[in-house]
Amino acid sequence: MNETGFDLQLLNTFAALLLLSSFAMLSQRRVVTMVNLLALQGVLLGLATLLLAWRTGKGHLYVSGAITLTLKAAFLPWLLHRLIRRLGVYWDSEPLLNIAGTMLVGVLIVIFAFGLAQPISALATTTTRSAIGIAVAVVLLAFLTMITRRKAMSQVVGFLSMENGLFFGAMSATYGMPMIIELGVALDILVAMLVLGVFFFQIREQFDSLDLHHLESLKEEK
Amino acid sequence: MDFLLLLATPVAGAVLLGIFGARKWAPEANVAISLVTFLASCALTARVASEGSLTAAEEQFFIDPFNVFLVTLTALVSFTTSLFSRPYMRIERDHGRVGPAQLRLFHGMYQLFIAAMLIALTTNNMGLMWVAMEAATLSTVLLVTLYRTAASLEAGWKYFILCGVGIAQALFGTILLYFASEKVLGAEGMSALLWTHLNGVKGQLEPTVLILAFVFLLVGYGTKVGLAPLHNWLPDAHAEGPTPISAVLSGLLLNVAIYAVVRCKVLVEGALHSALPSQMLMGFGLVSVVLAAFFLWRQRDIKRLFAYSSIEHMGIITFAFGMGGPVANFAALLHMTVHSLTKSAIFFAVGHAAQKAGTQIMDDIRGLITLSPTVGWGLMLGTIAILGLPPFGVFASEFLILTTAMREQPWATPILLLALGVAFAAIFRRVQPMVFGETSAKQLPHPPALVPVFVHLAMVLMLGLFIPPYLAEWFRRAASLIAGG
Repeated sequence: MNETGFDLQLLNTFAALLLLSSFAMLSQRRVVTMVNLLALQGVLLGLATLLLAWRTGKGHLYVSGAITLTLKAAFLPWLLHRLIRRLGVYWDSEPLLNIAGTMLVGVLIVIFAFGLAQPISALATTTTRSAIGIAVAVVLLAFLTMITRRKAMSQVVGFLSMENGLFFGAMSATYGMPMIIELGVALDILVAMLVLGVFFFQIREQFDSLDLHHLESLKEEK
Repeated sequence: MDFLLLLATPVAGAVLLGIFGARKWAPEANVAISLVTFLASCALTARVASEGSLTAAEEQFFIDPFNVFLVTLTALVSFTTSLFSRPYMRIERDHGRVGPAQLRLFHGMYQLFIAAMLIALTTNNMGLMWVAMEAATLSTVLLVTLYRTAASLEAGWKYFILCGVGIAQALFGTILLYFASEKVLGAEGMSALLWTHLNGVKGQLEPTVLILAFVFLLVGYGTKVGLAPLHNWLPDAHAEGPTPISAVLSGLLLNVAIYAVVRCKVLVEGALHSALPSQMLMGFGLVSVVLAAFFLWRQRDIKRLFAYSSIEHMGIITFAFGMGGPVANFAALLHMTVHSLTKSAIFFAVGHAAQKAGTQIMDDIRGLITLSPTVGWGLMLGTIAILGLPPFGVFASEFLILTTAMREQPWATPILLLALGVAFAAIFRRVQPMVFGETSAKQLPHPPALVPVFVHLAMVLMLGLFIPPYLAEWFRRAASLIAGG
């Protein structure tokens, strides 16, 4: 198992693509495209996990790769697309403030993320340790995506992208968490999305829109 | 056996009430299920008292003096809250605020919430603790939005997204913890995230990784505790949901979140040999106390007022755990207990007061005592207790915390005293005219459940005058456990 094998290069390519998709999400105005990017992240994550499973011969990584592909690459995007159709927010887009500025902040965040990951990477013994910085960057970029959005649906996509980053971090630092935890986390994400589906319909019933401008009345200066 | 019963009862109850929650007998069934859970927790407590700490299910669960008392407290308050919600939800139904679907949701999710909290408390696995904490959030999101009003939807959304992002930080912290422990304990088997194993080898864990892990864990679980500046979701979620949910959120969920923070602190402090985690806890605690005390002045909604009071008390508890040492830990545990009992009692009284007045706006609630002396006195006594007046138990714990602070962290004492004084004035000036004065309240169709209010207050009073020796012994053992004894 050498350090420069083809499979490792492929893994690093997946990591780079993951980071790229986070940037694409950051600059994307349309909700539907954001969901597609999320699905792409799910596919990359699933393939990376399966590749890592093959490389290390760890059985539980095959299982978690399969779960990732079904849940994050297929089921959740399908659910979100369905919600978008049912709620009629297909053409929704965000008036983003300043794409160039946001991207610049994003670049700074990536530098910060690599700095933050430095002590962890230095201690890691996994062959994928160079990807830890990318995982932290994906988490922070997803956070930035959430902050800059006004629509409920895009915030949720940002939230799921953050979870993707965390999952990738666990994988590259320790070859994944124990199976029971990964199952539990996947279950929580699934339930969260189902709760959210119900919740979106309630919001729309009340406001006729999923714009979060309506959800700003609870302030202190009443 | 008692342990299995403790966890299985609320889960089974959630399924049962999720299906039959709208039936006439559902509130009684809710009470019965909560009673069985409570009895199971008592049996478990008795067993731990006689046999010492124990583990179950291949060490995935464990009970020690620290969590067993929180388990009992959780089961007790969830039982009394189910007693309170019986007439409360019937009145809400008669007022047309909830339909059969919402009643099913309420009863089912209530039991699920209790189950999630009990799992979070008893699990030995730090990862499973995260899963259970997230489950506790998810099960209450739809309860906060139960009334489907604009304000409640906003509160629910804030609760979901802020706690979701917060708890994602805690997941990252858990991953880092696993990363550090895997080097010592090995990835094979399941021991690398088990708290008992981690506690045994905490001196060998890599300090640089653990401090990073602790920052993320503190921010993550701290969001759920409602520590400032991560507290934004808390007043909204407490004010807009149905009052039984406010009572359990405030009285129980915040305790469980603090429990998670303290478990992490014990590990990290053992690995670091420095006071940094303690200082972070003290800092967050003090900021929360001060901020909440001043925000109390600006409140007009009675449930928001007491939600901010919860933030203040969580700040005090966090500060006390930050100081550490057997006495401060003892005081913090006592404060958790009395705050939980008093705050839920206040919410019970507030719930019926708001139903009588038909509003939660404090200016419109007047003269409760003329129409219903029990509700009025319940609210008044609860307020006196929570404000830390003797002879109630809150006085005892706050006194202990303040005297310890004078000795160990003298700089913090004036800040704490000032904040407590400000909070006292803010709450008292609001509650006094609500209880006395001309009345505006009306009669309720169902007799309010006030037994839980006075039972809770009596227990708080007793804890202020005299702590039973077995309870004191228990607190002491838990306190020394946290102090790393």
